[in-house]
Amino acid sequence: MNNRRAAFWLLYLPPVAWLGLFFLAPLLLMAAYSFRANMRGELLQWFTPTVAQYQSLWTAGGGSYIRLLGISAGMALAVAASATVLAYPLAYFLAFRAGRRAGLFLAVLLVPFWTSYLLRVMAWKFLLGSEGGINSLLIYLHLIAEPVTALLYNRTAVVITLIYVWVPFSALPILAALQRVDPALFEAAADLGAPPARQFLRIALPLSMPGVLAAFFMAFIPTVGEYVTPLLIGGSSGSMYGNIIQDFFTKSTDWPLGSALSMVMLVGTLALVAVALRFIDVPRLIE
Amino acid sequence: MNTRGRPLFLSSYYLILVVLLYLPIGVLFLFSINANTTLSFPLQGLTFDWYRKLLMNEPVLRSARNSVEVAAGSSLAATLLGTAVAVLFLRYQFRSKNLLLVLAVLPLIVPFIVLGVALLMLFSAFHVERSLWTVGIAHTVVSLPYAFLIVIARLAGFDPSLEEAAMDLGATYPTTLRRIVLPMIAPAMVSAWLTAFTVSFDEFALALFLAGTEPTFPVYLFSQLRFANRLPIMIALAVLMMIGSLTMVLVADRLRRAE
Repeated sequence: MNNRRAAFWLLYLPPVAWLGLFFLAPLLLMAAYSFRANMRGELLQWFTPTVAQYQSLWTAGGGSYIRLLGISAGMALAVAASATVLAYPLAYFLAFRAGRRAGLFLAVLLVPFWTSYLLRVMAWKFLLGSEGGINSLLIYLHLIAEPVTALLYNRTAVVITLIYVWVPFSALPILAALQRVDPALFEAAADLGAPPARQFLRIALPLSMPGVLAAFFMAFIPTVGEYVTPLLIGGSSGSMYGNIIQDFFTKSTDWPLGSALSMVMLVGTLALVAVALRFIDVPRLIE
Repeated sequence: MNTRGRPLFLSSYYLILVVLLYLPIGVLFLFSINANTTLSFPLQGLTFDWYRKLLMNEPVLRSARNSVEVAAGSSLAATLLGTAVAVLFLRYQFRSKNLLLVLAVLPLIVPFIVLGVALLMLFSAFHVERSLWTVGIAHTVVSLPYAFLIVIARLAGFDPSLEEAAMDLGATYPTTLRRIVLPMIAPAMVSAWLTAFTVSFDEFALALFLAGTEPTFPVYLFSQLRFANRLPIMIALAVLMMIGSLTMVLVADRLRRAE
């Protein structure tokens, strides 16, 4: 069994080293750096830890950073809730109405997900912008005289774009939950005289709740950390918490405060995942 | 199509969503053959000029080549590492097993902006110049969970007694891995490689922080968004890439389902 041992180390060391070096180490470095007082000196040097950065989180930028975190969480809530609600009928259709071609119908929904995200969002921009497709079409048809500018560069546009991006993806866990519902339950309910609406409310909906929760968290968690979509669609008045972090590491170079801001996001995200895992039995859902 | 309930509402809902999903892709295609540099109606005429100009545009092609290199390298590394974790997880008993699982899946959860700035700090701490290598390293980290999950899903379907039989017949464990386990999971590994390739190829959030003077295609595209007259060429390339990307996904899917 000696060579089995050797094989173990051969399989064990490379991934652990890679993830340790390029995943854990940077996050730990960031955590350590958030306790530094300022940028002076090398990145790797001893320093006296201070919680000054975390204390100044509340007042930094006139309190606007923390407020932006709240706004981002609110936007993520709107995105996740809307995407889940809009995805439900889709999942229901695929589970109970699409018949034998459900697999094909599902694939058709998911294929665009694998095309360039940047470009899909940009395409929306072409459609929504003041010289874009929708405006020029409406002007051409003499339905409006001036281009509508409210479609871009604000938070609503960001939220709408993100909902659009998430709907097909959010349908997946709901579909997985609905496919698990025993059709005999519906027959039994019908035999006992329950109308279709009541069957849905008393059988399909409660039994698919784990999928609904999974869909919600699946959209909510990454949306809080978004910075690309606001960058493309939101402009300066549509920025999110992630854009503040980005600015701290690119435009202004206050890395200790930037690290503290990203630690808040990291810890928040991990806490959310921990909460989500309490509600959702992941292995059962992806089985 | 269906006799029970009112399927009309649900199927038209599905159709509307499909139209909305494919609309931007259609718009991009239209843009790439549109004679004007803005997509205003009525269209000014159709042309394949952008595709012709693309072939002569060195920086665009260069960024595309960079993306292919980064994606090919990082997906290969991610597939090998992810496969190693999958084999470890299903075929060995050891104490840090759950820790390894968490470590292998966690890159899916940590926000890209956080990982991006953390890696930026790591590389500057060790005075590593930002380059395609730093982007590739980051992409390996974030595609590893995909590779792991795809390979483990297939490996879980095979009975370990096959390997025990090989070893009873005198094969060493490394030989068993190579001759029994590897052929079994090979389709999943190819599928994992293709998936990781697409993940890396499209990745922008990390690359924006970690790319040096050599941009990947998404980073270059982002830097060119301000110049309306250069866009159609970029989009022409993007349309070609989309077709390539879709082909890869379909092949990956076929392989994942392969018996």
